[in-house]
Amino acid sequence: MAHLKQFDLAVTTLREVNHYLHKQMVADGVQSVSILNPDGAHSLACGMNAPADIEIDGHVGYYVAGMNKYASVTVNGNAGPGAAENMMSGFVRVRGFASTSAAASARGGCMVIEGDASTRCGISLKGADIVVGGDVGSFSGFMAQAGRMVICGDAGDALGDSLYEAVIYVRGKVKSLGADAQYETMADADRASVAELLGVAGFKHDPAEFRRIASARKLYHWNADANQEY
Amino acid sequence: MTTDSNEHSAGHHGHSHLSREESATLDRRTIDYVQRAAATGLYEIRGLGAKRVVPNFDDLVFLGASLSRYPLEGYREKCSTRTVLGTRFAKKPVELAIPITIAGMSFGALSANVKEALGRAATEMGTSTTTGDGGMTREERDSSRTLIYQCLPSRYGFDPDDVRSADAIEIVIGQGAKPGGGGMLLGQKVNPRVAAMRTLPEGVDQRSASRHPDWTGPDDLAIKIRELREITDWEKPIYVKVGATRVFNDVKLAVHSGADVIVVDGMQGGTAATQTCFIEHVGIPTLAALRQAVDAIEDLNMRGKVQLIISGGIRTGADVAKAIAMGADAVSIGQGVLVALGCNSETYVQDGQHVSALADYHRLGTAPGFCHHCHTGQCPVGVTTQDALLEQRLQPLTGARRVRNYLKTLNMELTTIARACGKQDVHHLEREDLVALSVEAAAMARLPLAGTSWIPGYSAPTM
Repeated sequence: MAHLKQFDLAVTTLREVNHYLHKQMVADGVQSVSILNPDGAHSLACGMNAPADIEIDGHVGYYVAGMNKYASVTVNGNAGPGAAENMMSGFVRVRGFASTSAAASARGGCMVIEGDASTRCGISLKGADIVVGGDVGSFSGFMAQAGRMVICGDAGDALGDSLYEAVIYVRGKVKSLGADAQYETMADADRASVAELLGVAGFKHDPAEFRRIASARKLYHWNADANQEY
Repeated sequence: MTTDSNEHSAGHHGHSHLSREESATLDRRTIDYVQRAAATGLYEIRGLGAKRVVPNFDDLVFLGASLSRYPLEGYREKCSTRTVLGTRFAKKPVELAIPITIAGMSFGALSANVKEALGRAATEMGTSTTTGDGGMTREERDSSRTLIYQCLPSRYGFDPDDVRSADAIEIVIGQGAKPGGGGMLLGQKVNPRVAAMRTLPEGVDQRSASRHPDWTGPDDLAIKIRELREITDWEKPIYVKVGATRVFNDVKLAVHSGADVIVVDGMQGGTAATQTCFIEHVGIPTLAALRQAVDAIEDLNMRGKVQLIISGGIRTGADVAKAIAMGADAVSIGQGVLVALGCNSETYVQDGQHVSALADYHRLGTAPGFCHHCHTGQCPVGVTTQDALLEQRLQPLTGARRVRNYLKTLNMELTTIARACGKQDVHHLEREDLVALSVEAAAMARLPLAGTSWIPGYSAPTM
């Protein structure tokens, strides 16, 4: 394919790859980048600031596609903690499992995890969309402020603890809800949201199978009668 | 009438003073605290820092030059204040004209006018200012030549474009007023602009996270620092800021994690809103924290490679000089700068005219000299407010001039002391130039008690 650049992390350093992605890729007119042998490298393709398709063949360490803007990053493997943390825009797909804090504080764009996500998936979410094909661990959606999470499998303890305005949709079992999270009725708009995000992710489930979880908004203000239960 | 005559006679027998004896355990302050708690069921929240008396830089004095050392001419000979931070890994270290920086304070806690004033003053003085929990405003980026961008647990408004436009990144683990606690901004200050920047509903009582969302512990921090270095292509210094508690261990871990600069904030450090019990009862004094931080850096043989910034109740040029002599590379000031802007002043300045703010202090139930009502957002002098009318009371150019004058005064005091100690560079001030006035300060700072060679609790290593 034209405008394709390939790196092999077995022979090129992480610094060289990221430097190229930040400083040279646009000037070279490259729109597709393939990265081989990541071997668990941290911070791969973090800080992207231009549109490009980046495909990584193998497992990555922490912070893959961290703070992503514009780029579309695919990991053909598992991802370590903080994948796509603080993403602003663009698209990140992990074909395997994602470790803790996937898409933490992400403000825009969409993250798809085809396998399971560990604890704290979508923690402090600030506007991005997350679709998880498998299960999520405890404290997922903790303090999530805005954005949508679609969980096709089960959720661990304290799902959506201290939620603000983000909305979580779950298809499987929920071990427990966190403080101030509550089940709410699915409206047409909710089913449309779930259908849209399942479509983006390429997952074939019936939106009617999902439940909606949102904030009861009881922690938004100090309450002298609450005996500080927050 | 019977009662009156009984009281009268009791007075004659000299017992009335016993009926007015205040309990040391349940004094008026404590009674007020208990009754307030009973009435509200909620802890007290307030601004600024610890009010209790703790050993501090006032408990140290310099040994000026005399026969054994000779001084520099106070008004003539050169005395450098140039300060370079972030020399360990960053391609572009931060170069400052003075070792006095402006501490991280959020837009949200402070108005946009104040952030602009701080940027202008810092730029004029050749020093840096710092963002806070709430993101970077255009006003402060545009007005600041050197701007430090904080990465906090909340990540409110955190933006990679701001990471790239900053001159250094400061990862905040904690702050001196509340080590172990997250930020707090009460609903009255979460106006539409603040809410939008933080992605929060307007008017919520916002309580920030106390742990970072994407890393836990020093091993993770090392990886997080490398991510920030990769994103900034290794150009910008990475600071790590800790609230002063187990400073010796925390500073060592921060250095091991790869920080270029360590910021240690002592318990006198300020806050815009925190539980009073937290402000007064968690953390150690700045003086003790500085000693431990310097010990940690020296223990790792990193003096001169990793720079140290100390903050938490630094007020005067003498404080700055003492901090540097004890081993800090620079200081950071928050509350002193707010006071320079007019915090706790009787008046605010509008187009050059002083206008009384006394009625507004009274409305808050306080008075100039005692106000710590930053949390209310009703700052009578327009410093810690998001109110559209009150914020006009601090005009950026007036504020900038006052902060510039304050920093200039501190720097003149600093060089005056340095010259008197015979130093051509303020960074040549050394521990040997200091002695302590109290046993407590001597023990915490590990300096001899004045007029003696006694350092309490310390025996010099035998050769």
